Amino acid sequence: MDFTFTDDQLTFREAVSRFLMTEAAPEMLREIWETDTGRSPELRKNIAEQGLTALSVPEDCGGLGMDDIAWALMTQELGYYAIPDSLADAAYVAAGLIAALPAGTASREDWLGRIAEGSIRIAVAHPVNPLVADANPANLLLLAHGDEVHAVPREQVEVEPNPSIDLSRRLARVRWTPAASTLIAGGEAGRALWAQTLNRGALSTAGQLLGLAQRMLDLSVDYVAQRKQFGKPIGSFQAVKHHLADVATKIEFAKPVLYRAAYALAHGEAGADARVSHAKLACGEAAWLGARQGIQVHGAMGYTWEVDLQMFMKRAWALDAAWGDRGFHKARVADAILADGAALGPGHTFEE
Amino acid sequence: MDLAYTPRQKAFREEVRAWLAANLPREPLASYDTREGFEQHREWERKLFDARLSMVIWPEALGGRGCDLIEWLIFEEEYYGAGAPMRVNQNGQLLLGPTLIEFGTEEQKARFLPRMASSEDMWAQGWSEPNAGSDMAAITSKAILSADGTHYVVNGQKTWSTRASYADLLFGLFRSDPASSRHHGLSYLAVALDAPGVTIRPIQALNGKQAFAEIFFDDVKVPVENRIGDEGQGWHVAMATAGFERGLLLRSPARFQYTARRLVELYKANREVADRDPSIRDAVIEAWTGTEAYALAAYHTVGRLAKGARIGAEASTNKIYWSELDLKMHETAMRILGPLGELTGDAPAAVEAARWLDGFLFAQAGPIYAGTNEIQRNIIAERMLGLPK
Repeated sequence: MDFTFTDDQLTFREAVSRFLMTEAAPEMLREIWETDTGRSPELRKNIAEQGLTALSVPEDCGGLGMDDIAWALMTQELGYYAIPDSLADAAYVAAGLIAALPAGTASREDWLGRIAEGSIRIAVAHPVNPLVADANPANLLLLAHGDEVHAVPREQVEVEPNPSIDLSRRLARVRWTPAASTLIAGGEAGRALWAQTLNRGALSTAGQLLGLAQRMLDLSVDYVAQRKQFGKPIGSFQAVKHHLADVATKIEFAKPVLYRAAYALAHGEAGADARVSHAKLACGEAAWLGARQGIQVHGAMGYTWEVDLQMFMKRAWALDAAWGDRGFHKARVADAILADGAALGPGHTFEE
Repeated sequence: MDLAYTPRQKAFREEVRAWLAANLPREPLASYDTREGFEQHREWERKLFDARLSMVIWPEALGGRGCDLIEWLIFEEEYYGAGAPMRVNQNGQLLLGPTLIEFGTEEQKARFLPRMASSEDMWAQGWSEPNAGSDMAAITSKAILSADGTHYVVNGQKTWSTRASYADLLFGLFRSDPASSRHHGLSYLAVALDAPGVTIRPIQALNGKQAFAEIFFDDVKVPVENRIGDEGQGWHVAMATAGFERGLLLRSPARFQYTARRLVELYKANREVADRDPSIRDAVIEAWTGTEAYALAAYHTVGRLAKGARIGAEASTNKIYWSELDLKMHETAMRILGPLGELTGDAPAAVEAARWLDGFLFAQAGPIYAGTNEIQRNIIAERMLGLPK
C-alpha cells in the first residue's frame, strides 16, 4: 500500500511545469485569445517537441505508454497554466479511445503515430457535452451515434462555432451524417469505449480544475501580500486570510480524490465511475471556490479584463460543467453509495 | 502508487477483526463522561492492552506492537468499523504519548508509556487557563524550581481539562521563568492529580455530564523528573503536541467514515420523510465524499511521511476539515430524525436517535477544541500561504 507518486512521476511533473511556465505565460495567452482560431501552431509544435503529445500513445506506436495516473499530474499543470490548446483531448482522451480499439482496426496505428508526433488534432464529441471543443481546427472528429463510435474527417462535418466566455475554449455544434465508412466501433464495444472516454474526459477536466484552483490561490496570495489598505497589506487581515485558507483546505482534500480516481481508471476498477465523479465534484468545487474568493480578495481589480485572474476564473467556470456537470456526477456518486449492499465505511477506501 | 494491501497488512486486518468480533462488549458502555462509564472504558482499554492492541504504533517495549502508520490506519478502520467504544485515554495516548516518544528521557518513557498504554494511568491535559484560550502564550500558571533543584512548586489554574475529574495525571504548560512573557520561559510538566494542593472542580458540559473540569494548583510539588523536554522549552514541546493533535493521530478517518455509513443507513431507512427536503440527500452524499476524501488524504500523508516528509501547517487543514465534516453529518442526522432528534437516551421512543444526539452535541465542540478553526485558518494563511501577520 503506497498512495504516493514515484520520484520519476514527480520529476516529470516538475519538467512539464517548467516548460509551460515559459511557453504559456499569461501575455501569450492573451495574444492567442485575440486570434481567430484561438490556437497557436507554434505552441502545439513546442508541446509536441517536448514529447507531451506522445504520453498516452502505446510504446509500439511511438508513444510513452503512460497511464491515467501520469495524467492526473499532467492535467493539473495544463490547468495551472491554462494552456490555450486542447492537448489533453487529443493526447489523452482520444488517444485512450483509439488505443482501446482492437489492434488491426483500420487507421488505428496511423492515428496513434500521428498523435504521438503531434501532427493530428482530434476532437472528441461525447454526448454528455452538447458542443464539441476544437471541432473547427480538428483533422479528425470522434463522434457518437447511439453506441457507435465514428471517426469522421473534418471535411465531412459541418461546424457552427458557439463562442464561450473563455476565449481559450473554441466550441462548436457539429452536424454530420453517420456512414458505414466512418464506423470504428459499435454495440457493446462502442458503449464500453464511450463509457471509458467519459471517465477520461472527466478526469482530465478534474485535473485541470484543480490546477486552476491552485493558480487562482497563488495569484490571490501574491495580490493580497502587496496590496495595501489602512497602511498594511490586506493579506494581514483575518477576513482575507480566512477566505484563502478555505481555498487551500479545499485543494488539499481534492488532490487525493483525483489521484484515487486516476488509479481506479488505470486499473479498470468496478467502482471507477463513482471515483471519477467524486474527483470531478471535488476539483470543480475547489476551482469555483478559488474563483469566488479570488475575485473577492482582488476587489474591483478582479472584475477587470486587465488582471490575469479573469483567464483562470473563466476557464474554471466553464470546465466545471464540461464532461458532465455537477448534477450528472452527483447522480453517479449517489447511485453508487445508495445502492443495496454498497461497500461503505471504514476499510472500503481501497477495496470493495 | 500501489493501492493493494500486502499479505502482512491483510493478515493484521483479519487478526484485529477476529479479535474485536470475539471481544467487543455485548452491551454499549456507559458514557465515559461519567465515573461509571469512565471505569468501564478503563477496563475495556486494559483488555485491548492485554491483546497488544491499545497502542499498535508504539514500540513493543513500551506496550505497543511496533506497527507502521498504514497498519495503524487499518487498525482504526477495523476498530471504528466494528462500532467499538470510544478511546477514553486518548488525550494521554494520542497527544502526550507521541510527545514523550519524541522529547521524553528513556526513564520517562519507561515510567509513563506502558501504564498509559494499559490505562492504569489516565491522563488529562492542562493547556487552557481562564485568560489563555486561543491565546495560549498568555499562560500565567507558575512552576518555580525549588532552591535544591529537586522539584517545581506549581500555582495557578487550568481549565477545560477533559475528564479531569476522573483522571490520574495531567500534562500541561507552566511558566517556569516568572520574568518571562509569551512563549518564552514555559516548561512542560506532568502533574499527579492526587498531589496535595490540587483541587478539581468539575464543569458540566452541554450533555449535562462532568465532561471537563477546572483545576486549581496551590503550592503543588512536582518532581523535576516530571519535566518533559528542557526547562523553558515547553512551548516548543507543546507545539509538537498540538501538531499531533490537529493532525492525523487524534482523529483518524475511520471514525468519520463510520459516521458516514451510519448516516447513509439512517437516510435509507427514513427516505420517504427525508426526501421531502431535497438538500438532505445532497448532504448524505457529501458525508460519503467528504469522509472518503479525508481517508484518502490520510493515506496520502502517511505515504509521504514514510518517504521522509514532515507534517507542517497542513495539519491545520485536517483539523478544520474533520471538525466541520463531523458537525455537518450530525446536523444532517438531526434533520432526518426531525422531532425525534431532541430525545435523550432515557426516552423510550428514542432508540437510535439518542446516539445521534450525543454525537451532535459533541460535534459542536469540534470546531472549538484543539485550537479553534479561526486559529487554524490563521495558521494556514500565515504558515502555508505565507501571508503577513
